[in-house]
Amino acid sequence: MVKRKRATGLELTDVTVEYPGNPPVTAVDRVSLTLARGETLGLLGPSGSGKSSLLKAIVGIVPLRSGRVRWDGNDLTHTPIHLRGFGLVFQDGQLFPHRDVTGNISFGLEMQGVKPEDRRARVAELLSLVGLEGYESRRLDELSGGERQRVALARSLAPRPRLLLLDEPLSSLDRELRNRLAADIKEILTSTGTTAIIVTHDPDEVAMMCSRFVRIDGGRLALG
Amino acid sequence: MTGTVDGTGTRVKRGALLVLPLGFLCLFFLWPAGTLLWRGLSEGSSEALASGRTWNALATTLALASVGMAGSVLLGLGSAWALYHIRWRGQAVARALVTVPFVLPTVVVAVAFGALLRPSGLLGFLGVDQGVTPIVAAMVFFNVSVVTRIVGGTWASLDPGTSIAARTLGASRWTAFRLVTLPALGPAIAASAAIVFLFCSTSFGIVLVLGGGRTNTVETEIWAQVRQFLNLETASTLALLQVTVVALALAAAGWAQTRRERSLTRARIDGTRPATRSDVRLSVLALAPVALLIGLPLIGLAERSLHTRSGWGLGNYGALLTIPDRSNLPVPVWRTALTSLESATIAATVAFALGLILASAVARSTRSRWLDGIAMLPLGVSAVIVGLGILVTLYRPLPGGFDLGDPRILVPAAQAVVALPLVVRSLIPTLRSIPPDLRAAAATLGASPRRVWWRVDWPIIKRPIGVALGFAFAVSLGEFGATSFVTRPDHPTLPTAIYRLLNRPGVENVGTAFAACVLLATLTAVIMIVAERWRGREVVPW
Repeated sequence: MVKRKRATGLELTDVTVEYPGNPPVTAVDRVSLTLARGETLGLLGPSGSGKSSLLKAIVGIVPLRSGRVRWDGNDLTHTPIHLRGFGLVFQDGQLFPHRDVTGNISFGLEMQGVKPEDRRARVAELLSLVGLEGYESRRLDELSGGERQRVALARSLAPRPRLLLLDEPLSSLDRELRNRLAADIKEILTSTGTTAIIVTHDPDEVAMMCSRFVRIDGGRLALG
Repeated sequence: MTGTVDGTGTRVKRGALLVLPLGFLCLFFLWPAGTLLWRGLSEGSSEALASGRTWNALATTLALASVGMAGSVLLGLGSAWALYHIRWRGQAVARALVTVPFVLPTVVVAVAFGALLRPSGLLGFLGVDQGVTPIVAAMVFFNVSVVTRIVGGTWASLDPGTSIAARTLGASRWTAFRLVTLPALGPAIAASAAIVFLFCSTSFGIVLVLGGGRTNTVETEIWAQVRQFLNLETASTLALLQVTVVALALAAAGWAQTRRERSLTRARIDGTRPATRSDVRLSVLALAPVALLIGLPLIGLAERSLHTRSGWGLGNYGALLTIPDRSNLPVPVWRTALTSLESATIAATVAFALGLILASAVARSTRSRWLDGIAMLPLGVSAVIVGLGILVTLYRPLPGGFDLGDPRILVPAAQAVVALPLVVRSLIPTLRSIPPDLRAAAATLGASPRRVWWRVDWPIIKRPIGVALGFAFAVSLGEFGATSFVTRPDHPTLPTAIYRLLNRPGVENVGTAFAACVLLATLTAVIMIVAERWRGREVVPW
């Protein structure tokens, strides 16, 4: 109980996401959740369960119908995406096609105004973290699917987000690669002490990467 | 492969059908324009190339087209975002309104901007009725829809994920746009800019009406050499110059188009998103200038057409029924409207039938790409060259005792040549969208090639055909560049009659010209509305 105040981390209160329509579709229904710093939470659910919508709501891509998103007690509900300090690893990577590996990884650092020489050092550090030493000037079309996801992970980690969200980060890869990358992600998250939420529909991935998990179905949380 | 479906016999028959469009293009375009350009090459006067007028006209052409292009891209980017990237109720109507200018006759638009900016006009207080401002404004008026459409189409299928990725990495909306979205739109912007440059450098009617003889592009200089100085040598040298400018623009457009197609090969996804409250301000900022640019001249034109010497009234419209006083118009304006309708009917029918044959051939086989090139040529050399070529070659007895030198033949022929590329352009995408396997499937089920066309191709293409036909009709009706050279003084079309009314002294004549413009715009609008009804979806070649 002593640590409680320091470890507040992410706090969702009655988060509801509704998509316009006739009638409107409730994708996320009054979800409340807390996540302490350093924890890795698995968000498990079938497709259409609302897990992606919840992720988007936390990042700020879709607006909340009602409810609150807080970090360390600060209300972020109406904070624009780029000021939240939450990173997101996309299912399909979403790397910038017109930039090379370095250009992608250093993007977030450029946004923070990091000096070029410091950026170079940080890019090299991240590339070695994700096991891609020497890939600095590779073009994207020279990368395999697994390498692209590693670059995407490195890009999201580069600006040191206080919370990292991973949206089915392994689903576009084949099984063998998936197991290897899952183990790597687990290690990277632990070694960097990153607080993370991993969305997936695969219980095995949760077991490999997460310290605890919750199930979501029909937009509502069920205990894990 | 369609080759396995077609018997050799049908391929021969289809080849025979191609004789029609190719013969038509040879007689009314390749031979006349070729003769004209050959004259420019062989008898070309060094006098013309030494003349300050020539280089002045060339510099003006390039400068006006550059400014027109820049303005169109600037305004078009904003409206592409507001009309294609975000979604809102009533958007379809707004998209349709933005495309209106594209089908309006150049003379109408030129006269409308003249009416708006003249000292007594709605925006007369701006004091920009002289000089190049009205010309550039009219160019942007026409071409904003081209940019909106091309860039909007790309934007609507652009994966929003990369831009969101940039946002989660700390980029503001504007930074994400600048560093991620803009580079992705680059090829589309370049492609639209090149096409707009081409259109601007061939906007004869606008410069002729609004330039008032003081601002001359290569095209209006050709007009002046032919009509004022009767100097065909200089005119054909200028024609050569014009073709060079246009060829460069076309080459740039082709290059940009290839890059754009390459960037479009990725899977098409829905890149649109519903508009939010925070988009309202930006949308208004993006669309208001376009709305004013398109709306004000049309309002200004309607307003001026109701001005008579005795105050407000319909007098100018009444004057459409009589032969105007003190003008060189031998017939009342309503007669010229009939002439135009008659000529446009023939031209649209011819352009459409020949265009369908050409487009089918191009769409079926990659080996027919050269046909596409030939069909596009008239657009490439500009309508003025088409008209002048016909004027210098076909208005005299032909070998073998033929004589085509009758405006009732040559005017529709010239208009059909101008409309043909647009028909081909608008049909090819639809024809290409028919999967060859569909035809093969029908054939394996026992359908003969003719039945395959009737049961598979026709049901798919019949809707876009309505628009292609309407478009060909509208283009022919408002055609000015070629028609003004080909037509005879005793046989004016509505657009050429308007130009002649404007150039006669007398308030009545100018008033009548305004009313005639409203008549022409209304006719065009009716045609396009009927065509859109048939189809129910917007289409313009680009």
